[in-house]
Amino acid sequence: MDRRIAIQWMLTAAASLTVHTPSAFAAAGIAPIEAKGYGPDPDMVKIYKPGDVWPLTLSEPQRRTATALCDVIIPADETSPSASAVGVPDFIDEWVSSPYPGQKTDRKTILEGLEWIEAESQQRFKTSFAELQPNQQYAICDDICDSTQAKPEHKKATTFFKRYRDLTAGGYYTTPEGMKDIGYRGNIPSATFDGPPIEALKHVGLA
Amino acid sequence: MPVITADQAQETYDVIIVGSGAGGGQSAYTLTMEGVKVLMLEAGRTFDPLTEVAMFQLPSQAPLRGISTPDKQYGFHDSSINSGWEIPGEPYSNASKKAEDEFRWWRQRMMGGRTNHWGRISLRNGPYDFKPRTQYSAGFDWPISYDDVAPYYDKVEMLVGVFGSNEGLENSPNSSPGVLMPAPKLRVGELYAQKHAPKVGMKVASIHRAVMTIPQDAEKLPAKLHPGNPKAQRILAESMRSRSPCFWATDCHRGCSIRANYDSQTVHLRPAMATGNLDIIPNAMAREVTVNKEGKATGITYIDKTTGKEAHVKGRAVVLAASSQESVRLLLNSKSALFPQGLANSSGKVGKYITDSVSSSFSAHIPAFEGMPLHNEDGAGGPHAYVPWTQHDKNRKGELGFPGGYHLEFTSGRHMPTMFVANGADSQAGRRGVGYGKQFKEDVRRFYGCRLGFGAQGSMLPNENTFCEIDPNLKDQWGIPALRFHWKWSDHELNQVRHQQQRIGELLTALGGQFTRPPETDPLKAIRSGGSVIHEVGGAIMGHDATHSVTNQWSQTWDVKNLFMADGAPFASTADKNPTLTIMALAWRMADHLMDELKKGNI
Repeated sequence: MDRRIAIQWMLTAAASLTVHTPSAFAAAGIAPIEAKGYGPDPDMVKIYKPGDVWPLTLSEPQRRTATALCDVIIPADETSPSASAVGVPDFIDEWVSSPYPGQKTDRKTILEGLEWIEAESQQRFKTSFAELQPNQQYAICDDICDSTQAKPEHKKATTFFKRYRDLTAGGYYTTPEGMKDIGYRGNIPSATFDGPPIEALKHVGLA
Repeated sequence: MPVITADQAQETYDVIIVGSGAGGGQSAYTLTMEGVKVLMLEAGRTFDPLTEVAMFQLPSQAPLRGISTPDKQYGFHDSSINSGWEIPGEPYSNASKKAEDEFRWWRQRMMGGRTNHWGRISLRNGPYDFKPRTQYSAGFDWPISYDDVAPYYDKVEMLVGVFGSNEGLENSPNSSPGVLMPAPKLRVGELYAQKHAPKVGMKVASIHRAVMTIPQDAEKLPAKLHPGNPKAQRILAESMRSRSPCFWATDCHRGCSIRANYDSQTVHLRPAMATGNLDIIPNAMAREVTVNKEGKATGITYIDKTTGKEAHVKGRAVVLAASSQESVRLLLNSKSALFPQGLANSSGKVGKYITDSVSSSFSAHIPAFEGMPLHNEDGAGGPHAYVPWTQHDKNRKGELGFPGGYHLEFTSGRHMPTMFVANGADSQAGRRGVGYGKQFKEDVRRFYGCRLGFGAQGSMLPNENTFCEIDPNLKDQWGIPALRFHWKWSDHELNQVRHQQQRIGELLTALGGQFTRPPETDPLKAIRSGGSVIHEVGGAIMGHDATHSVTNQWSQTWDVKNLFMADGAPFASTADKNPTLTIMALAWRMADHLMDELKKGNI
């Protein structure tokens, strides 16, 4: 065993932290994905962007809602740009349009959730989610971000919100901007490996 | 013309090798360097580690941020292609439907086999690991001792390039002086664990991995490895000069286009092909070992996957290195009037005594790592340190309830972020529900790189209930009968996993770790299922006699003198060490014996 396994362990551990409950939203009107995956022997060296392997499927209204929600979850701050500024909505679209089994479950959760959040926005504020004031968007998100506290009528939406938040965060922190934000400094070749700097050693009481 | 098509094969070869991974690669290297004419069959396609591996690509440059899918089961940028636990058209079955009895069978259908993506951890088996019956009154003693294999460990380490330090540990042997490359400096998390582990009676040491930290000594090593053989020395020197030491970036599982780490093509097959003595037929799915009326192996019948047609290649000797269970399958499928139970199976032991690393993991949040001054700790694309097994005294007193032991590997660090990097930030921050907005960004920033975890890899001795056989009702897409696995953990493994979880919990507590849940007390919940670690070995074990084992100490089958095993199949047990280095050492030793036998006219 080795790093390979370590990575799988991390994935397993990470997966166990993610609640996967089937969506309880209505099942109507979601087109199945007919596209194919990249197969067991893809070109690994190529630089891909969403839509390169299978077509993106979000409608314009869905994308507007999706983009707005991405930026509520990861807004710009003094350190780094917003989720939409680094293409996370494209990634969400790629994810829900994916032909693989794991993503097919998410497709239902996400599409129904986007529909719900838009309908909720119209009902509460007579405006689409993307056009709401930030505090109005927070009001809706606060109702669906904690499954233990949510009102019965919001329970279903909490599953969606958790999944959407995790996808947005995963999509964001795997970009160069997201990696810079959390302080990943690697992926740069170097002639030597000098070990941790003295400040890092001092930080944990080793120097 | 080293890589050839089926119709370009010569009439006959000295040796036919099935499989191009660690065992097949080492066998081909050793044989061709000494002038033996070899044909290798590989079930997968050719693969160029120089141009086809994605070393620096970011997850955001892969579909679905590079997560694992049924097509790429270790993620998009992992160098495995056409590989996985489930491969369309290549089924296998499990006899039991219980989750705890499941065996998962990884197949790596590509040139170089599993060596393309292994973690390069290269720990030697120790003296006890070859003699479990003597040491623990369980399992079987191997017919060889550590001293028989030690010179081959030295040779393999010099050939492939292994970094590490000699720690003088009980049952985790030193290499001979001058063999290892310098160990890299430890990362801050590894050093932190090294300081605090002794509080709970543990030790953190430099690990051994097949990654070059300095250039190989192309002046001296070739003469040491091939005395009196100027051609081999010249070819090896050239190969060594073409490799660069590690540039301290990128995950080894992605492959290494600068040739700093070991894979079979880079280290074994390139020089072997340079001798002019090696032909390789890719896309060749071996079906059967053929035999003559005297009961000697004559060659291999295989399916040419490019045409779907059957073909046959002939050799004076046959070496199976298709991965332990694939080689077992070949033996069981090679039935004839002379060998009605399958080839080399007069003992009935073919398929028996499969073992695997006993594995579980656990992690915690380390508050001391919060606010760490930012720095690059990619290092050598994998761990620099590990926790070796040191509780031999407790074993001797029988206090543990399991034989052998386990080592711990770090599963932490400030690695390149993945899709899952933000998971757990909410609960770690003590927040209810799912965070969002600027606060969430601050939480993720605060907790990135602050998890420390350990994965255990432990010994397993064979038991009668863990084996494979031909499934009478299942065939692959070429009509080749498929395997059915029987898997049963014994109390040894379950006791060990209970111990692993408890000890990792103690270690993490000594490091100030905070758990969201306690270590798992139910071993069946914590243990990784058979085959998950991709360390399965056995099924054609070596032994002292033809009644209780399939091969002799040279991995030569008792029943068929010109048939040899060169993968993990002859392993009589699993040590608390990763198997690849030992596969290579035993393959080299086997190949030396095979050449002796050829010279003596015995085969």
